[in-house]
Amino acid sequence: MTTIDPVIDPTSDYDIFDPQYLLDPFPTIEQIRQSSCPVAHTERWGGSWMPTRYADIVAVAQEHDVFTSRQILVTGPPDGQEPEGAYAGVAAPPISSDPPEHHWHRRLILPFFAPQAVAKYEHITRDLCNELIDRFIDNGEADSAADYAQQIPVRVIATMLGVPTDMSDTFTGWVRGVREAGLVDQEVRVAARGNILGFFFEQVADRQANPREDDLITTLLNSEIDGQKVPVEYVMGVCNLMLVAGVDTTWSSIGASLWHLAQHPEHRQQLRDDPELWPAAVEELLRAYAPVTMARIVDRDIDFQGCPMKAGDRVLMSFPAANRDPEQFENPNEVIFDREHNRHVAFGAGIHRCAGSNLARLELRVALQTWLERIPEFELADPSTVTWAGGQVRGTRIAKVKF
Amino acid sequence: MKVTLDYDACHGHQSCAIAAPEVFGADDIGNAVILVEGEIPAELEAKTRRAVGNCPEHALTIED
Ligand code: HEM
Ligand code: SF4
Repeated sequence: MTTIDPVIDPTSDYDIFDPQYLLDPFPTIEQIRQSSCPVAHTERWGGSWMPTRYADIVAVAQEHDVFTSRQILVTGPPDGQEPEGAYAGVAAPPISSDPPEHHWHRRLILPFFAPQAVAKYEHITRDLCNELIDRFIDNGEADSAADYAQQIPVRVIATMLGVPTDMSDTFTGWVRGVREAGLVDQEVRVAARGNILGFFFEQVADRQANPREDDLITTLLNSEIDGQKVPVEYVMGVCNLMLVAGVDTTWSSIGASLWHLAQHPEHRQQLRDDPELWPAAVEELLRAYAPVTMARIVDRDIDFQGCPMKAGDRVLMSFPAANRDPEQFENPNEVIFDREHNRHVAFGAGIHRCAGSNLARLELRVALQTWLERIPEFELADPSTVTWAGGQVRGTRIAKVKF
Repeated sequence: MKVTLDYDACHGHQSCAIAAPEVFGADDIGNAVILVEGEIPAELEAKTRRAVGNCPEHALTIED
């Protein structure tokens, strides 16, 4: 177990793994935002800066020439150097790429994720949600995080990648290795990364030997850039990213939304009375419970909002913090489905805007709709036993409900 | 009322199409397309304003 020294002043010593921060980061964020320096700093976990205002966070995301994606994890080696090893040359394009390569790294995958392209996954997502609910509906209780939310996105991504969905538990273990335990223990992260890349190395070799029709990995392997086939490392890197970026993010957001709905019967009623509210409701839940915090590495010494940032420093982009800034959102801590304007940045901003956002929204809407159809009334079994993961991706991990 | 899109600023959030699907759609890479040519019909004005106010990249502008 990692022990965390108590935090006295979060403006100069915040800790994103502090138990109180994991449970509810928003009071700390508000305290920093109201302080004389709304860009906090810490020496913990390798050191980082943390802006807390919407405008500053969006600026970091949009100014990609100053704030580079050499490293996007919130802890770990700031230069992004992976240890030597079999897959040392494989990154996670396009999330780990900077311009000019970022452009084609992203361009090649975007068509798979356009709204019209992801619509075909609605049906399998709904069937999957129904199957999961069948398993526990007669028990009168379930873990809305572990038995439901956690089970959905991993299977959708496996389907999209054309890899065995019955390996879902293994995939989930690897993703948690990279993004939960691995953030505070580099050995765990490197091992999980090795498992993921070893798996995709075999998948890629299989598609090279046996190309498939209408298959994402085959299509990527055959794509060309400037008349040349793309490198195999690129294809492995994209698969790596899709697994890691598409699983715990979406599961955290489904989980946190169910946790909210469990405590707000009036919001469940609102959705029953006015089904047209669904798209706006999904956006509002994404705003209020934005799961993802990303990092950037400063390219050159600059002064940012009065803070002397040095080349190589890490800057956190807490999209949860941006989405609760009262300067941008009226009553930011309230969930208001029919908010007039909602410029939320749960999916980031600028050139790295989440490529999977249309798929994520579809999964979130279908998972919540199916749950509410089958289990219209439910509540937390015991609020004190709910656990949250945080750091890079925030969401419920255990959240038992009764119905 | 008319609406214009700065395609270079658009990064495909699709927040516009979610708020006003009659007015905004997506191209093959998921960036915005404006579906209405010329004047926005009066009954879609409110929705269109909402869509413009939801774009995180400020890529849409209203011309009254
Ligand atoms: C609610 C669920 C999700 C949230 C909140 C989320 C959030 C984000 C954020 C904030 C970024 C920006 C990263 C940065 O600026 O460095 C991002 C990038 C990305 N996400 Fe998601 N994501 C979600 C689901 C998904 C899904 C389902 C996929 C599908 C595989 C996906 C694939 C990607 C990819 C490929 C990128 C990199 C885009 C680029 O760098 O150009 N995400 N995501
Ligand atoms: S909301 Fe803005 S950035 Fe997103 S698709 Fe519409 S115009 Fe483009």
